[in-house]
Amino acid sequence: MAATGKKVMVTVRKAPHGSIYVQESIEVMFIFATYDMELSVVFLDDGVLALHPGQDTKGLGIKGFMASLGALVDWEVTKVYVDRQSLKDRNISEDAIITIGRDEETDAPIRPRVLDSAEIAAMMAAQHSIVSF
Amino acid sequence: MLHTVNKSPFQNSSLENCLRVAQPGDVILLLEDGVYAASAGTAKSSLIEQAVKRHTVYAIDADLKARGLANLVKEVRVASYGDFVDLVEQHPVHAWL
Repeated sequence: MAATGKKVMVTVRKAPHGSIYVQESIEVMFIFATYDMELSVVFLDDGVLALHPGQDTKGLGIKGFMASLGALVDWEVTKVYVDRQSLKDRNISEDAIITIGRDEETDAPIRPRVLDSAEIAAMMAAQHSIVSF
Repeated sequence: MLHTVNKSPFQNSSLENCLRVAQPGDVILLLEDGVYAASAGTAKSSLIEQAVKRHTVYAIDADLKARGLANLVKEVRVASYGDFVDLVEQHPVHAWL
């Protein structure tokens, strides 16, 4: 198995649906989650558009991956963050971003945690590896 | 002339480059990630707010829905794939990839 205790970050900076990047990033999150490492995920720049509420890909004839994002917590991908400025630039309300799971005890919806750029930068600096999409 | 733009305005400058050379009366069609430009209240909304004064601007319905975009710059018209075909039939096309 992989070396334990390594801090690995997945960054998502591409818009969904127009390319395969976001889909691939989710595959990688699920794979990483099966290893004993400290995984974090950050959505920033156009990557925050993957968290836009109300996405319906039926008209494109593709399944989309909103359901996969909604199951991140079930796969123990729990350290999920989103850049505040990127949301603001795209007029996406922090309260409206899609949920990534539900709290086991209270059934409350869990959303990615909104952070400022400086907090994200500090987290990036603390990683052993950063895998970018 | 029909100009099609399929890239996010936050990702590269395709839309800005297109709008710089598009002539008054030309038609602008946003599709795929290009439809993010039609979203109201964003850091890039002013591009389309200005463009609608000189151009008819369309955005593809299926691409808007896939991305959850419903709050659009007012004058943007929503187009079906059928409308897209009609526009291509009526105009020479310049695709800003």
